[in-house]
Amino acid sequence: MIAPAIPDRVGRRWVALAMAVLMLATSPSVAVEPSEMLKDPALEARARAIGQALRCVVCQNQSIDDSAAEVARDMRRAVRERLAAGDSNNQVFDYMVARYGDYVLLKPPFKAGTLLLWLGAPLVLLVASAAILVAVRQRRVAAPPPPLSERERERLRSLLGG
Amino acid sequence: MTRRLLFLLPLASLALMAGFLAWSLMAGRDPAAIGSVMVGRPAPRLDLRALRDGDKPLTDALLRSGKPVIVNFFASWCTPCLAEHPLFTRLAQRDGAVIVGIAWKNKPEEARAWLAKLGDPYLYAGLDFDGKTGLDWGLSGVPETYLIDGTGIVRYHFRGPVTEKDVTDVIIPFLKAKQ
Repeated sequence: MIAPAIPDRVGRRWVALAMAVLMLATSPSVAVEPSEMLKDPALEARARAIGQALRCVVCQNQSIDDSAAEVARDMRRAVRERLAAGDSNNQVFDYMVARYGDYVLLKPPFKAGTLLLWLGAPLVLLVASAAILVAVRQRRVAAPPPPLSERERERLRSLLGG
Repeated sequence: MTRRLLFLLPLASLALMAGFLAWSLMAGRDPAAIGSVMVGRPAPRLDLRALRDGDKPLTDALLRSGKPVIVNFFASWCTPCLAEHPLFTRLAQRDGAVIVGIAWKNKPEEARAWLAKLGDPYLYAGLDFDGKTGLDWGLSGVPETYLIDGTGIVRYHFRGPVTEKDVTDVIIPFLKAKQ
């Protein structure tokens, strides 16, 4: 007898599960090379957290940890140098902003120029909720329909075959 | 009546969005532009070994001489640098511009050979082999060019190759205004 080419329902489920596990088990690729890493695991962990939040200035929407660009490598090295010199995370961010501006932050700062960006969506939600609330209230309060006139009652009776 | 106007609301929002997108496309808005935070600020630190043998190292004093200075980051491996190079040669020869060239992530012998072949427009030439000075200057790659006034303030920052139009519209007027 020939074995079925497509596994049965149970077998397929196992394949799907195995694929999901494999996908979750692989870590996302990072461009950080072993030679760049700091010996102190705590400092290296901080460097990674910062590196994930800093934008590679030549690759649009990629963090410096994900990018293999020359300038991203320089920035990773600078982050580690600053941390090794005793800077706080915020000082490292300030160091980069002083050189590349807010552009370098993947998460834009909350300030006058970005108010609409941060508050726009919640504002729309608020306005829409208020509008819906008002509409629902109005519908509930709507006056009951006036009673049927004698003529209408007559017609209703005839329609119902009374 | 108001109810009927309400039906126009989705259409109005669509028109608003279309308007914004059209403006984004037409007005030449470039969301990829990094901009520069250097403009209007004192030039970053300059402390580099000289590219050419026998030259003195490059220091901050070069940028605060009272004369405007052009600082150009380049590399022999960079093709756009090749394209803008004749413009700097002409600025140095015809206009007497003070140009500081900084070889970025370049082997010094290769940078020197490149200049020997194409001509050397740089009054001062430095070597930023590991890119640390570039980082301090907010460099994203090569070529990039900074115009620094006599007091050491950065006035312009070009990302990418300088063009003929940049020379006539910005660089020449800048050099003349401050002299």
